[in-house]
Amino acid sequence: MQDRSRVSLGITAFLAMLHRDLVVTGREFIAFLLQALMQPLFFLFIFGKVLPGIGLAAGGFVALMLPGIVALTTLVASMQGVTLPLVLDLGFAREIDDRLLAPLPIGFVAIEKVLFAALRGVIAGAVIFPLAWWILGARFAVRSDHIALVAGMIVLTACMGASFGLVMGTVIKPEQISMMFTLIFTPLLFTGCTYYPWAALDNIRWFQVFTLFNPLTYAAEGLRYAMVPPINGRNIPTLHIGWVLAALVASVVGSVILGSRTFRGRVVS
Amino acid sequence: MTASTDTSPAIEVRDLVKRYQKSKANAVDGVSFQVRRGEIFGLLGPNGAGKTTTIGVLITSVVPTSGACSVMGIDVGADPIGVKQRIAVVPQQSNLDRSLQVREILTFHAAYHSVGRKEREERADRLLNELGLADRKKDKVNRFSGGMSQRLMIARALMHSPDVLFLDEPTNNLDPQSRLFLWDRIRELNQQGLTILLTTHDMDEADKLCERIAIMDYGKILVDNTSAELKKMIPGGNALEIHVRIPESGDPARNTGLKQALETLPGVTKAEMEVGQPPAVTYRLYSEEARSLVGSAAQAVLATGAEVHDLHLKQASLEEVFIYLTGRHLR
Repeated sequence: MQDRSRVSLGITAFLAMLHRDLVVTGREFIAFLLQALMQPLFFLFIFGKVLPGIGLAAGGFVALMLPGIVALTTLVASMQGVTLPLVLDLGFAREIDDRLLAPLPIGFVAIEKVLFAALRGVIAGAVIFPLAWWILGARFAVRSDHIALVAGMIVLTACMGASFGLVMGTVIKPEQISMMFTLIFTPLLFTGCTYYPWAALDNIRWFQVFTLFNPLTYAAEGLRYAMVPPINGRNIPTLHIGWVLAALVASVVGSVILGSRTFRGRVVS
Repeated sequence: MTASTDTSPAIEVRDLVKRYQKSKANAVDGVSFQVRRGEIFGLLGPNGAGKTTTIGVLITSVVPTSGACSVMGIDVGADPIGVKQRIAVVPQQSNLDRSLQVREILTFHAAYHSVGRKEREERADRLLNELGLADRKKDKVNRFSGGMSQRLMIARALMHSPDVLFLDEPTNNLDPQSRLFLWDRIRELNQQGLTILLTTHDMDEADKLCERIAIMDYGKILVDNTSAELKKMIPGGNALEIHVRIPESGDPARNTGLKQALETLPGVTKAEMEVGQPPAVTYRLYSEEARSLVGSAAQAVLATGAEVHDLHLKQASLEEVFIYLTGRHLR
């Protein structure tokens, strides 16, 4: 057998794995979209239509919430793209073994999973915009001068969700899945400044500090900064975008490093 | 990276030790063996003997505590990627990709190993034909029987033309048809030059397929030899059994007389006699080389005026050797 360069072999294997994931997701694309979009669809409908319609919420509230919904949807879709499949695969299916025997460092098998799940997250996050425009009609309000930042924030949020998903997927055992939803997912969901802007928590200082430990807070606040149009000529107060980007990059790097180690621990003994 | 040379063994394991964290004993405890290129080598042993861990080290999924291994001359620890290019693994339990169709399982596997598109498509079709799965190529594997999964995993393993194939209990839980089919395929592959290391509990399988067999227990290799040599290990395991009809066999003196005559034949270490329904008597002659006694024993019987009714070689089975070496207790 002629030896091709290791780098070229590794790249070919990596691309083949991405191709495999594209083929599989492509086949179930409608199911994937439904899974990712069902929750935001109802959020937008209830908070953007029903509550303002019956006078329980101000019409402008949904503009503050939309960035939170984009952040949450992106995060959940990218996390789900890794965590659940990995828990089942490492637990008993072992379908991953075939890829672990491919001629590339096994860390790249994990990186590929993260990258592909992030792609799923980006798609899910992006699809919220036309969905929101369709549901909210005249209440749909997104500033158009930070489009690049919005895109960048969605990509970062997706990478954060996917790399966090890698850590979860490698430390959780199949029998702990339902506990994971209660103990990790629920707090993540409600302490991540998805449904309320961070600055508004001034009155509940301890909770405001607490939310800073949730990476979702930074995702939601960054998107809020980039999406919510000025009210009466003034930008709404958010976490400083510099802090947001720093925190997200740090949590991506941290999760990838930790997740690669826990992944290795599960596949090599 | 160590260069692979044609003279190096296909597999070489030297003083391999593996102790898992939190474990009190070594799972593999100083194992050394070699598998020649083009050989079918069987690794036998009770559950927990250390077979799977040994294979795990060779296929790069277990990091050894000490010792060294090489596959096709490539050091497993130093160059795992080089090893992965040359090996293929068929595990005991199906780990087929359930999201893909049968043919895609093969073509994607080949793509992971940089096999070109045209080549992998041709190979997939050829292997699906050879393994009797051509009409299932669009199916998913969810409803596959054990035998079909096993055949597909073998096809998958061959997609990147490996030099060494690892088979972990390849015919465990298969129906006799599937088992015979797989045995034929394994022999064919070996004839085409593939080196095969297989683990099994099935003594018949080891006996029929393997040129050499190593029996492992408690992390150590107890013996490593051909099946025929292993069977000689049991004291008195090799015997010539003669069923004789002796007129007037009611007379003990005649029976014992023949026994004495047989006992004194050159090469006989021990003779046993079993008197059956007259005139039948059975003699068992133990010897290092029982086969060579056939002529002289028959003559000795005829010389006493008795009649040889049946004569055959009794050899210890591999299972007897296995139990002799590893004991009867449950693991």
